[in-house]
Amino acid sequence: MSLLSFCQWLEQTPGSIALHESLWVYPIVESVHVLTLCLFVGTAVLLDLRLLGVMMRRAPVSEMARRLLPWTAAGFVVMVTSGALLFYAIPVRTYLNIFFRVKIAMLILAGLNAWVFHSTVYRRVAEWDLDPVTPKGARVAGGLSLLLWAGIVVAGRMIAYNWFDSPAVH
Amino acid sequence: MLPFFQWCENSAVGAAIRGSQWLFPVIESFHLLALALIGGAVLIVNLRLLGLGLRSQPAAQLARDTQPWLIGGLAVMVATGIPLFLSEAIKCYYSPAFRMKMAFLLPAIVFTFTVHRKVAAADEKVVGPLRSGLVALVSVALWSVVGASGRWIGFSG
Repeated sequence: MSLLSFCQWLEQTPGSIALHESLWVYPIVESVHVLTLCLFVGTAVLLDLRLLGVMMRRAPVSEMARRLLPWTAAGFVVMVTSGALLFYAIPVRTYLNIFFRVKIAMLILAGLNAWVFHSTVYRRVAEWDLDPVTPKGARVAGGLSLLLWAGIVVAGRMIAYNWFDSPAVH
Repeated sequence: MLPFFQWCENSAVGAAIRGSQWLFPVIESFHLLALALIGGAVLIVNLRLLGLGLRSQPAAQLARDTQPWLIGGLAVMVATGIPLFLSEAIKCYYSPAFRMKMAFLLPAIVFTFTVHRKVAAADEKVVGPLRSGLVALVSVALWSVVGASGRWIGFSG
């Protein structure tokens, strides 16, 4: 089964139709998805800014990570859940949308970036915890993270537009 | 008030945005990026006031450190929000969501730069956890209504 035919099957399920046609549930899920930006991207950005050495330079990086990451993680769970519901409501069009694909690609890159950071530079955080200017690897990870999440927000907003959609959708 | 909204709708900026396919979404994307920044700056101080994060940092220190980002985010919000409004001023005039957003925006900003700022900057032992927690909850509630009703403008009309 191709991804497209999976989306076509998904679109025919009663839950997808109900969500798509709902007067209130879809906009509420969408609003939750947008407002959780504050919790998820907001807290991730704060850590990135600390890694870049432009904010809270006196705060220990490990403490910021320990205190902020549970909130970032909680925000991520809400984001993925509400995002999955939004996709479930409109699967075929979303799957064929170029901005959605760009967003997913950037999400994977953001995940890889976080994984590399946590499994390399962050392992040695005790050595640079209180440095106002963090090691180069940490600054690169913080900068990449900022850029990727900004791109993800923009691409996500653009899913609403079908400028480059394949004609097959319509 | 309606003539003023009509004048806004007919402004050159409003017309230029309506005439472009990509200006509105691009401006709105920056509006959303600033939302994340403001949200993060507001949340981190409020979570601290509620005793839920970064406890080794005094709340006053956190508030001072995040202040430039909050103000920067607000500046981007206003700078992008005004052209978005100009492009659909008449729709906004008739939109209950827009009216609600404006009705909560003013108290949210005033509260942030008066009561909230004072409590965040004060010595925690003097203020007490009950009062600072209450101030944090009011702040989160005010900004949440602004954000949610802002999103809702897009669903109305």
